[in-house]
Amino acid sequence: MPMTSKFAGTALINHITAIIQRTGHRTIDSIWRLGCASHFILLVLLKSMASFARPRLIIREIYYAGVMSLVIILVSGLFVGLVLGLQGYETLQKFGSESAVGTLVALSLVRELGPVIAGLLFASRAGSAMTAEIGLMKATEQLSAMGMMAVDPIARVVAPKFWAGIFSMPLLAAMFSVMGVFGGYLVTVVVIGVDEGSFWSQMQSAVDFRYDIVNGVIKSCCFGVVITAIAVFEGFDAPPTAVGVSGATTRTVVTSSLAILGLDFVLTAFMFRGVA
Amino acid sequence: MTENTLVKFDNVSFSYGETPILKGVDLTVTRGQVIAIMGGSGSGKTTLLRLIGGEVRPSSGTVHIAGKIVHELNRNALFKLRRKMGMLFQFGALFTDLSVFDNVAFQMREHTNLSEDMIRDLVLIKLHAVGLRGAHHLMPAELSGGMARRVALARSIALDPMLMMFDEPFTGLDPISLSVIGSLIRRLTDALGMTSILVTHDVQESLQIVDYVYFLADGKIVAHGTPDEVRHSDAPFVHQFIHGAVDGPVPFHYQARAYADDLKICGNSLD
Repeated sequence: MPMTSKFAGTALINHITAIIQRTGHRTIDSIWRLGCASHFILLVLLKSMASFARPRLIIREIYYAGVMSLVIILVSGLFVGLVLGLQGYETLQKFGSESAVGTLVALSLVRELGPVIAGLLFASRAGSAMTAEIGLMKATEQLSAMGMMAVDPIARVVAPKFWAGIFSMPLLAAMFSVMGVFGGYLVTVVVIGVDEGSFWSQMQSAVDFRYDIVNGVIKSCCFGVVITAIAVFEGFDAPPTAVGVSGATTRTVVTSSLAILGLDFVLTAFMFRGVA
Repeated sequence: MTENTLVKFDNVSFSYGETPILKGVDLTVTRGQVIAIMGGSGSGKTTLLRLIGGEVRPSSGTVHIAGKIVHELNRNALFKLRRKMGMLFQFGALFTDLSVFDNVAFQMREHTNLSEDMIRDLVLIKLHAVGLRGAHHLMPAELSGGMARRVALARSIALDPMLMMFDEPFTGLDPISLSVIGSLIRRLTDALGMTSILVTHDVQESLQIVDYVYFLADGKIVAHGTPDEVRHSDAPFVHQFIHGAVDGPVPFHYQARAYADDLKICGNSLD
């Protein structure tokens, strides 16, 4: 019997060692990947001058990343505004302050929901498309072909997408907020019949340009950088196979969604601490 | 290295991590010739092209192109050298978001200051050379495999390279497209004064158009010669390769234990 328990003990130790080793390997891999990503983004930045010299490349990418995302951003913004208006009215009217619903809708959108939801939508609509396009170009040897033609694929393909994403994201978030405010107006003023004058005037007096709007824009700029950085890196780093590209596309959406939500908390903690 | 030598491999070895791919390859390509590098799948043929293009660095030895050692060039010098090279990828690697015309015009727009009128004329000349002037408005998705390969060929000769590399140019083509690509390689090499290196395992087609053949097996050059010498060679590997024999120096069976051991026949039946 002691022999059996000795074997069981050894097996347990081996098992635990294996778990620790696996965790260690994964940690090292993650840090290694983070280093690769940082190096890659640095390269993109260094090679961006060539893209700025050819604005047509960036404009084309803005069309694909920004303009093509407009429909989903505007429609979602409208519905989020409609729901905010309804829920806000429902709660505020219990305290007799339903005219403050404009403030509630505008502040939640400009500070949080605008940048965050627009960011999540942008990551799944445009970020995934960027990853898939770059990944497929790699898998079909188009990036190698470009390199062999003495054209740097990072400067020609990646950098324009990167800057187009950074440029589009704040504009999309702003449009999301505008549509949301419009949705809130529709449901509370037009449908329910809250006083229009107090809806707009309370909103105007409560929303501060520097404190609320600029902070919201800063947030959306940060999200734009994070989403496009993740998207282009995942695409460029994707294994050149069907499974590799699909995995990279999924990772773009998952990683950037998590990054947006985490970063949003950090930014909020820095920006809004109850001091106006 | 004589004046007439364009590419020279000097005892070149290369490995991916721990796996050796090339083991001391010596090879010379003379200007104006069409050279074939033949060998089975996974023998390191494509790696040779990647070494010439400077995409990878040799573990030891040197690759000279027009007197320059490729892996010693800095980025700008390497890109300058690459402008004088063309490469036809196995499946064309056309840019799928650009039309046939824009694909061929790509390098001209990137590397020259030619006017759009001039580029238009040049693109049509290149497309005419591969017989696809009428297809200039199509998108790559609308082309057949053979047509895509011809467009890619037109694109790679856009800037009149001194050296053309072809990675498996005959794979997956019907017999007509195959002869078309074969004769284009020969004709364009002669007409444009290029030098061409073909990496292939298509014996019959390539022996008709090349000037010299190298056989690569296990990362080494195992035989070389003119097409005539190769056809009549007695070397076992060359004979097996040219005639497509199932067994020979390249065995049919992947390395394994003895068949009987794997099936455990001996132990069971004799007991």
